[in-house]
Amino acid sequence: MSELWRLTAHEAHEGLRRREFTSVELTESVLERVARVEPTINAYITLTAELALEQAREADAKLAAGTATPLTGIPVGVKDLIVTKGVRTTAGSKMLENFIPPYDSHVYENLRRAGAVMIGKCNMDEFAMGSSTEHSAFGPTRNPWNPELVPGGSSGGSAAAVAAGECLVALGSDTGGSIRQPAALCGQVGLDPTYGRVSRYGIIAFGSSLDQVGPIGRDVEDVATMLDCIGGHDPRDSTTNPEPMPDLRHYLGRDIRGIRIGVPKEYFISGMEPGVAARIEEALALFESLGAVVDREVSLPSTEHALAVYYLIAPSEASANLARYDGVKYGFSDRSAPTMWENMEQTRAKGFGNEVKRRIMLGTYALSAGYYDAYYLKAQKVRTIISREFAEAFQKFDVLVTPTSPTVAFRLGAKVDDPFAMYLNDIYTLPASVAGLPAISVPCGFSDGLPVGMQIIGNFFDEGRILQVAHAYEQASGYRNLLAPVD
Amino acid sequence: MALTRDDVLHIARLARIALSDDEVERFRAQLSGILDHFAALAAVDTDGVEPTAHPLPLANVMREDVIEPSLPRDDVLANAPLTEDGYIRVRAVLE
Repeated sequence: MSELWRLTAHEAHEGLRRREFTSVELTESVLERVARVEPTINAYITLTAELALEQAREADAKLAAGTATPLTGIPVGVKDLIVTKGVRTTAGSKMLENFIPPYDSHVYENLRRAGAVMIGKCNMDEFAMGSSTEHSAFGPTRNPWNPELVPGGSSGGSAAAVAAGECLVALGSDTGGSIRQPAALCGQVGLDPTYGRVSRYGIIAFGSSLDQVGPIGRDVEDVATMLDCIGGHDPRDSTTNPEPMPDLRHYLGRDIRGIRIGVPKEYFISGMEPGVAARIEEALALFESLGAVVDREVSLPSTEHALAVYYLIAPSEASANLARYDGVKYGFSDRSAPTMWENMEQTRAKGFGNEVKRRIMLGTYALSAGYYDAYYLKAQKVRTIISREFAEAFQKFDVLVTPTSPTVAFRLGAKVDDPFAMYLNDIYTLPASVAGLPAISVPCGFSDGLPVGMQIIGNFFDEGRILQVAHAYEQASGYRNLLAPVD
Repeated sequence: MALTRDDVLHIARLARIALSDDEVERFRAQLSGILDHFAALAAVDTDGVEPTAHPLPLANVMREDVIEPSLPRDDVLANAPLTEDGYIRVRAVLE
C-alpha cells in the first residue's frame, strides 16, 4: 500500500473503485511525499493538508455510496491564481500575499463537485508572467529532474508537483504557453484548451483574450479526465462555448491511420537544441509507422511575428487587468505617503515584482496615445493574419505537430536578467495562444537526461482529436507516468 | 525604439508605479531592447486586415435582469486594508 503517489489518476481511481485502498490512504501517501520533497522543489505556495484529509473522507463516503466520479478522492494541485473560497490565493504575488477569496472559481467548484482532493495551491510566476517560475514572490520552484534547473513557467509549480509525485494531477493556466512549456520541461502532459472551452470565472486575470485554465497530468487519459471535469459552458463567463462538451475520453484508444499531420517548417529554427529536433523527428517517424500521413513542408510564414504580437497584446491586457491593484479594496497596501495617488504608486511599486512592472509598463506604452496604432493595433492585425494561416492549414491537416520548447530545462538564474531571452522560451507555444487554438504537450523522450516535449495543435474545439493523436503516440512510445528521480 | 528617461517616467506615471532611479535606467534599457525586437512588425503588410480583438467570433450574451444574491459584505470587506462602519476607508480623493 506504500507509494500510492506513484499512481496516475486513472490507476488510482481503479484502486479506489476496487476498494484496494481509500482516498484517505492515497492522500496520506501524497502528503508524506510532499513532506519529503517539498523542501527541495517548492512546488506549493500554500499546503492544505487538513482540508485535503477532510475532502478525502468525504470522497471515501461517496465511493462507499457508489456516487463517485473518475476524480473522486484523487489528490490534485491547483495553480495559485485559481480562487478557492477560504483558502489563500496569491497569484504568486506579494500584492495578494494575504488574500482570502470569498468565493470559488468555476473550475474549483467543478473539481469539488467531482469529489477531488486539493493538496494545495501551486507556485507560479507572479500573475502568470514568466517562463521559469523564478518570478514568484514565494521563491522559485525547482525542476524535480534536476533541482539546479527551472521547471518552466508560469505553471511551474503545477508541473513540478505532478512530476515529483506531490499530487496526481494539477490545474495550470496558459496565456502564451504556461501549461505546455512547464509540462514539457518536467516530462508531463499539459493541455491548453481552446479559448472559451473552460470558464475563466474566478481566475485572476492576466491577458483576458488569451488566458485559459487547463490540466497537467502524468498521461493523456488523466488530462482528458480533468478537462472533461472543468470544461463546458458557464453563464458567469460569456466567452465560454455554449455547445455541450463532448466526452473527451471517447477519443482515447482510437487509431490514427489516415490522420493528416502537418509539420510547420518555421518551427524548426536555429537555436533549437539538436536533442530536441532529434526527438521530434523520431516522434514523426513513429506517427508514420502508426499510419498517419506526415507532411513536413507546411508553411505558416507569420509564425516569426507571433512573439511580438503576443508580447504587445498580453502586456496591454495585463496593464488594464492589473490596474485593479490599487491598495484600496484588497491586497497589499502602502499608506505611508500623504496623498491617495502617492499611496497607489507606492503600493504598486512595493507590491509588484520586476517582471510584472516591466509588462505593465510595456502594455501601458503600447496602449498610450501616439503609439496605439503602431504597436497595439498593428499587433491585433497581425494576429488576424496568424489566425488565417492556421485556418488555412486546418483545411488540409487534422493536427499540426511542433516542438513545445526550443530547449530542455535551463539553469535557475540563466535568463532572469534578460527578459527577451526569457520570452524566447515561449516561441513555439505563442502562435496557438494568439489564435486561441487548443494544443497539448506530451513527453517524447529525453535530451541530455532531461525531458523533451512535443506539441500537437488542433483546430477550434477539436480537443478530442489532439487527445486521440497524443494518446496513440503515448501508447506506442511508452512515454507516460514519468516520475522525476527526486528524493 | 530607444526610450528616454522621460519616456519611462511618463509611462510609470500613467501606470501609477513609483520607480527608483535604478529602476528607471534598467527599464529604459530593457524596454528599448524589447521594442527594438518588435520593430519588424511594422514591415508586415496589414492593409485591409481587420484587427482581432478576440480569437472567437462573439455575440452579445443577454440574460434576464434578475436580482441575485451578491457576496456577503463582511466577507468582501475582510480583504480590505482599512474599513469603517461597513465601508472601505480611503484617503480623500478631492482635498
